[in-house]
Amino acid sequence: MTDEVLLSARGLTKTFGDFVAVDGIDVEVRRGEAFGFLGPNGAGKSSTMRMVGCVSPVTSGELTILGLDPAVDGPRIRARLGVCPQKDILDEDLSVEENLWVYGRFFGLTRAEVRRRAEDLLEFAQLTERRGDRVEPLSGGMKRRLTIARSLMNDPEVLLLDEPTTGLDPQARHVLWDRLFRLKREGVTLIITTHYMDEAEQLCDRLVVMDHGRIVAEGSPRALIETHSTREVVELRFAVDEQERHLDALDGVGERVEVLPDRLLVYADDGDAALAELGGRGVHPLSSLVRRSTLEDVFLTLTGRTLVD
Amino acid sequence: MASADALTATTPSGRLGRGPRRPTSATERIAAVMGHHLLVARRTWKGTVVGRFASPLFFLLAMGLGLGALVDERTGGIDGLPYLRFVVPGIVAMQAMTTAFGESTYAVMGYIKWNQMYSAMLATPLRSSELLLGHLAVVALQLTVSSAAFVLVAAPFGAFGSWWAVLAVPVAVLTGLAFAVPTFALSATVDTDNVFSILFRFVVTPLMLFSGTFFPIEQLPGWMQPLAWVTPLWHGVVLSREASEGVAPGWSTLAHLAVLLLYVGVGWVLARWRFRVRLLP
Ligand SMILES: Nc1ncnc2c1ncn2[C@@H]1O[C@H](COP(=O)(O)OP(=O)(O)OP(=O)(O)O)[C@@H](O)[C@H]1O
Ligand SMILES: [Mg+2]
Repeated sequence: MTDEVLLSARGLTKTFGDFVAVDGIDVEVRRGEAFGFLGPNGAGKSSTMRMVGCVSPVTSGELTILGLDPAVDGPRIRARLGVCPQKDILDEDLSVEENLWVYGRFFGLTRAEVRRRAEDLLEFAQLTERRGDRVEPLSGGMKRRLTIARSLMNDPEVLLLDEPTTGLDPQARHVLWDRLFRLKREGVTLIITTHYMDEAEQLCDRLVVMDHGRIVAEGSPRALIETHSTREVVELRFAVDEQERHLDALDGVGERVEVLPDRLLVYADDGDAALAELGGRGVHPLSSLVRRSTLEDVFLTLTGRTLVD
Repeated sequence: MASADALTATTPSGRLGRGPRRPTSATERIAAVMGHHLLVARRTWKGTVVGRFASPLFFLLAMGLGLGALVDERTGGIDGLPYLRFVVPGIVAMQAMTTAFGESTYAVMGYIKWNQMYSAMLATPLRSSELLLGHLAVVALQLTVSSAAFVLVAAPFGAFGSWWAVLAVPVAVLTGLAFAVPTFALSATVDTDNVFSILFRFVVTPLMLFSGTFFPIEQLPGWMQPLAWVTPLWHGVVLSREASEGVAPGWSTLAHLAVLLLYVGVGWVLARWRFRVRLLP
């Protein structure tokens, strides 16, 4: 990571009619950083990504990418970005490799370059065997892999990934993470949205949690957990309808209790001690689990909602 | 995904190398858009070519030869012209119109709304106006090919009175664009394809019938004639007929051309605006 500010947003706002999708956010991303946007459905992550990708005009506020203004230098900025949109948008009449070729041509790559590049990326996306097939009948995960591969066609300096691993099987996710690590090591800046906490913790140096178009927390995954959650969490499951009955008995155990439809979460720095205390009070759940706090818990604390609903 | 080791050819992650990319010119980007559409056309032409080609041929046989024999026998042709030579240049222009609608309705809505390819393409250095221009250029190319093919097929039947008939091809392209460009704007504006069936039923079919293709518009009731004057097809038909008979151009020729160009020009302004608003929300 360097000190060069690659993306800078001040009071960045996006409205659709009366609806405010992004509500005056401030963001700064440095070159070489891996930066994440987290938030529930409708938080404004994709709207932000589209503004950064210079395909959605800024309603108000300031936005600078690679030192350039998207309103003026859109094409010059986009030439240096790789974009993997949330939805797989592919030309289903074309074959797998043709989708890569035509895309690369928009960046001014020569025919030879797009072929060479497509060759490598097909390998990476494990689509070499399907290269000549039409895209339409591919599985969802294969289309996702192809979309990700396409975003790398122009060898971008900045990679914008909107929920890149949604729909990927675990093996494909890990291959993608590995690739992203390598790109990051070479100085490629990653800007990612995700609903997966493990992904955010794995990949992101720094992230923001968005809710209703605003940023509600910001920091490294570790710092966020330290600030907004306890070290450990005790998960308690009770028989159906019994959860309510036990709530009172939990008073004063741990720092905080979160009630989910199917379980109770007790936030405490020492989970085992909390569990012992509960046993002493005669609370015997069907099952219990002590685990470390994750970003999921931060998220729950901040927004009162789970990430994946 | 496979191990990224396959990419060691360049750098560990497969980067092409550092440094800024060579900047692209607008021409280069428009050519890339054309390349995309031509590749798609190459993959899908079999599905459309039969319909595209069969329908004007049927008109040629049924109207030009079948009906033509009757007309020539009874009335000695139209304005002294055998009916075949009257109607075929009209069919050339008419075919351009239907091809234009075929290429600028569902196809454009698909790229905007169904497969959303336009929006994926705009994540690259492309501008929305370049995207539009590249697609329109391919439509113009398709108009050229289909009109030229039909002129070639119709010529041996004696459908043209002059070698100037080759000019019927550019006239047909212009006529087609006079419909295609505004229709691009429409397709980028409406939300459902219901509009297109209305368009085909209440615009395309009446225009085919009442634009002087099969009979001179002077035969229409007086109140209908202005409708022919303000829509592009009649102008295209008249120009096509003049070219096919090698009639020397006059002021009226310029006026017909001007109307077609006006449709293209106004259509372009509208389409560029609609594309920007729709594709860059
Ligand atoms: N083009 C648009 N027109 C109108 N409203 C829009 C448009 N795009 C997004 N919105 C609205 O803006 C809000 C934020 O949407 P956005 O797609 O940015 O959310 P998100 O954080 O990416 O959600 P998700 O996790 O579901 O992808 C939503 O309420 C959405 O309906
Ligand atoms: Mg989204």
